[in-house]
Amino acid sequence: MFKQFAVMVVATAFLAACSSPKKTSDADSMVGQTETRDDVTARADTSDDAASAGAVGDVGSTVVLPAELANRLVIYFPFDSDALSAADLELLAQHARFLNGRADLNLRLEGHTDERGTREYNIGLGERRAQAVRRALALQGVAESRLATVSYGEERPAMSGASEEVFAQNRRVELVYGIR
Amino acid sequence: MINTAVRLCLLLMALLVAVPSEAQLKIDITSGVTDPIPISIQPFDADPQTSAQVVSADLARSGRFVVRESRRADYLVTGRYSPLSDGRLQIDYELTNLLTGQKLLRERITAGPQAWRNAAHRIADKVYERILGVRSSFATRIAYVSVEGRAPEQRYRLIVADADGENSRVILESRQPLMSPTWSPDGEWLAYVSFESRSAAVYLQRVRTAERRRISARAGVNNAPAWSPDGTRLALTLSSPSGNLDVHILEVASGALTRLTEHPAIDTEPAWAPDGRSIFFTSDRGGGPQIYQIEPRAGATPRRVSFSGNYNARPRISPDGRQLAFITREGGLYRVAIQDLGNGSVRVLSNGPQDESPGFSPDGGTLIYAARERGQGVLATVSADGLILQRLKADRGDVREPAWGPFLP
Repeated sequence: MFKQFAVMVVATAFLAACSSPKKTSDADSMVGQTETRDDVTARADTSDDAASAGAVGDVGSTVVLPAELANRLVIYFPFDSDALSAADLELLAQHARFLNGRADLNLRLEGHTDERGTREYNIGLGERRAQAVRRALALQGVAESRLATVSYGEERPAMSGASEEVFAQNRRVELVYGIR
Repeated sequence: MINTAVRLCLLLMALLVAVPSEAQLKIDITSGVTDPIPISIQPFDADPQTSAQVVSADLARSGRFVVRESRRADYLVTGRYSPLSDGRLQIDYELTNLLTGQKLLRERITAGPQAWRNAAHRIADKVYERILGVRSSFATRIAYVSVEGRAPEQRYRLIVADADGENSRVILESRQPLMSPTWSPDGEWLAYVSFESRSAAVYLQRVRTAERRRISARAGVNNAPAWSPDGTRLALTLSSPSGNLDVHILEVASGALTRLTEHPAIDTEPAWAPDGRSIFFTSDRGGGPQIYQIEPRAGATPRRVSFSGNYNARPRISPDGRQLAFITREGGLYRVAIQDLGNGSVRVLSNGPQDESPGFSPDGGTLIYAARERGQGVLATVSADGLILQRLKADRGDVREPAWGPFLP
């Protein structure tokens, strides 16, 4: 049902260079540990979503979006701004209408920035963008409990590179549909 | 300017010590002091490793020394390497002032069988301190994040290495972002942010054992952890349901949480003063991001401490509490700046277009930071006086968010 992904913790020793024999024996042994976490929003890998625009979700629980929304799942922003344009608001109103007719769905709003500026402050800017989209959807009647936000700041760019075009592609909020 | 001999020597050493490993860093001095002290480091007798080269590299990399043959040097380091019956190693070494003939150091260091590099770094620290009268941080460690692959298919690694970039180890690997690594004051733990659960959470990980604790996974933002100097508390950034970021203080043992800032602006990037009596943080309550200082108790009133320019963020405080390092933006360029907290004077130390994440070495003499060169993340260091700039280049991947660990006992 839920995709899973593993986070590998590689335990190694950093006091390899330490003068105590006890610590050195720590250094010489490798301790491995694997943790597995449920990927409860059913997306372990963003490229899967990108490759299947409009069909989002788990194996066996695919959300099929209407054609007019299927490849309109990203809102882009100007530099240092969380302002939504009239066109963005119109698109979000369409998403809200769809959501309001589909009580089985929820929506995750992933806020992103370009790579300029400090990383942790950019987490704040990404959160502001995600919240701007959340408020716009809530104003269209979508229950707040169905809208989750996460800010990745500059940590998960859509595109690599340092041109203005790349930056513009990376300043975004991604709308990720899921089954409640 | 640094002379050709040092450049050649460094190049030679880079070739000798380079090991093909994950995101191994290579060091390249880009500027240095005008009048470095000439020192000669003889290969240690019976050394199966290259310990003397590690000592040479440390001293040369500091920018305060130039490594030469003994007849053109003021100081001489010699040593003898001996294996012990229990498998450990021993190095007897001497530091001589060649101008006076005086023996300045005559010491013995023992280390575990794999620990010859650390032994060499400790010798370099002793020599540096004996000659210059101030501490160095050669026998310390750094942590950083390495990213491989093109967006959106990226892999994130948390890496710990010796301060010279050697001896690197991956301690955590994830397909989701890792960020904000920071050392506990005792050097035992790293705190960091991981998005492995598809939302942000702050983890603590014991570096030697990989024991791991998820310490903050509240709804929304969990970010920017910073240890209090006594190691009992973490300052960190959490968000309200409406997405407002504020700095909080979390007691590590009990989990008790105190909200420190209360403002609709973004308040984040906390850093403790070394005396534990205040926290510096970034806030855009005045429009753009600026640095503020607040007492670590609920209800305290912050005061602004950065004034020049319209973007000052990500503060870190020097170990003596007298200098503030941060990122400043000038004409679209993001650079490391340092502010004297006594008289308020500000100097820009770095020269990149997009520098970030500055932090002090435990001796306070050097800052490490992240830079971008031709689209690649690199680490760099600059001396706190701005005279010595270096690049640490990774073989593979973007490297970023360096954190310099404390002195080890």
